Amino acid sequence: MPDRNNLLRVEHLRKVYEATTGDVEAIGDISFTMDAGELVCIVGPSGCGKTTLLKCLAGLLRPTGGVVEMDGSPVTGPSPAMAVVFQEYGRSLYPWLTVRGNVELPLRHKKLSRAERDKLVGDALEAVGLAHAARSHPWQLSGGMQQRVAIARAVAYQPEVLIMDEPFAAVDAQTRADLEDLVRELHRSRRISILFVTHDIDESVYLGQRVLVLSKSPTWVQEDLAIDLPPERDQITTRALPRFTELRTHVYDQIQRAKRGQAVAPQSAR
Amino acid sequence: MTAYTGRLAGPPRARGVGSRIAVSFGYALGLPMLLLVVWGLVATRGTSRFFPGPLTISEAFVDTWVGPAFVADVLPSLYRLGLGITASIVLGIAAGTVIGLVQWLRELLEPLLEFFRAIPPPVLIPVVMLLLGITDTMKVVVIVSGAVWPILLNTIEGVRATDSVMTETADSFRVTWWERLWFLVLPAASPRIMAGVRQALSVALILMVISEMFASSSGLGYRIAYFQRNYLIAEMWSGILLLGLVGVFLAVVFGLVERRVLRWYHGIREVNRA
Repeated sequence: MPDRNNLLRVEHLRKVYEATTGDVEAIGDISFTMDAGELVCIVGPSGCGKTTLLKCLAGLLRPTGGVVEMDGSPVTGPSPAMAVVFQEYGRSLYPWLTVRGNVELPLRHKKLSRAERDKLVGDALEAVGLAHAARSHPWQLSGGMQQRVAIARAVAYQPEVLIMDEPFAAVDAQTRADLEDLVRELHRSRRISILFVTHDIDESVYLGQRVLVLSKSPTWVQEDLAIDLPPERDQITTRALPRFTELRTHVYDQIQRAKRGQAVAPQSAR
Repeated sequence: MTAYTGRLAGPPRARGVGSRIAVSFGYALGLPMLLLVVWGLVATRGTSRFFPGPLTISEAFVDTWVGPAFVADVLPSLYRLGLGITASIVLGIAAGTVIGLVQWLRELLEPLLEFFRAIPPPVLIPVVMLLLGITDTMKVVVIVSGAVWPILLNTIEGVRATDSVMTETADSFRVTWWERLWFLVLPAASPRIMAGVRQALSVALILMVISEMFASSSGLGYRIAYFQRNYLIAEMWSGILLLGLVGVFLAVVFGLVERRVLRWYHGIREVNRA
């Protein structure tokens, strides 16, 4: 029986891209664990291999070394226990399918009755507030709504962990705040474990129970920070808390330190 | 006062719908009508017996094609054309999908395909005739030998160009092979496939006529060639007119199907333009 608390375990993960011009070490050595029901944010300087890390976790990329374990068993390919929400909703949703068709597609190979499938789809669309748009096509919706469809698709898939890759990087600030609250709401009401990758420091502090700060590439976990903000959060009061400011300043400093490491390297080379 | 404004408001609204229809009809039919009139005038003035007037031709059209010739010549032609187009679409999409998905196969076949595509299909007619005899199968084979290429090559390109994020999405949700084919690969390639089909239609019509002119005892091409050899000029022109009408019919059917199949594609373009 695997340890119930350790949902996801990453140990000495390493990824080297082999190229004819020389190998590129994207991920140096990443280790962390994530408990069931946690909301963990991963933040790091740009180009630090966040997306690479995420693809390795989701089984879309084969790591060069180390292990990713889900519920105690190693991840070697895309797992039914994980669902990914990609940053580019425009390329992740299929424009020839309706909203309902998109949410339904991953469920087709699950052995469900028509009624069960309909219920999952309806329920997921309800959860993201798009029950009225089931028959629309994604391109008829705004960017924020499209990303909601992608979230609904992941939720309907009933994963144990939801992996989100900078999901709100391409939407405007107001929509983004709404979507952040949606993620927290899903996490709270549905007890979904969420791994949220972002480059936005405020977002990581506002959303997460824990924030993993990554170093620059080749990447390791520079800090594993517990966010001791109250569990009930909202955009105005939470962001105005002194503790929020402290935490975001702390994360900001960490990222700057990570970047400075990057800034020093070329000088020493000169 | 009210009557006055009412009268003012009336005419523009009526002109809105009525005149728009009239104008679009005018644009669609205006030039053909004008050409007919010019043609009629030139034909009555001119003396050349090779260019009869539109009235003579329309009489010949009715006399020639309405009646037994419809069954004897038009239907066989349409049958060959339909079969050839269907076979080209099925073969082109099926082979194109396989070649597009399997990289080594694509690299192996691509130069060869370019070579075969470059061969003008009419030169194959004697060879195919030798192999298959003067049969319907021979004509269908000739049609396919020309019409399959645009569909095949466009399908290969379309399938190959499937968006990487869309593919990763299918990977991450463990979408099965058949679902992936049906819900991702083919729809993603459909704009290109439809472009290929559009080209194939005109190629197929040309090859139908040519194959029938070469070796046949029935069909539109055979009949037109027969009229030409026997100096039945008005009848010959009526046959050419009928070919044009078949082409227009194909284009209309294609337009209807395309609008249905690529509704999402045109929708996106409209949204992007707005």
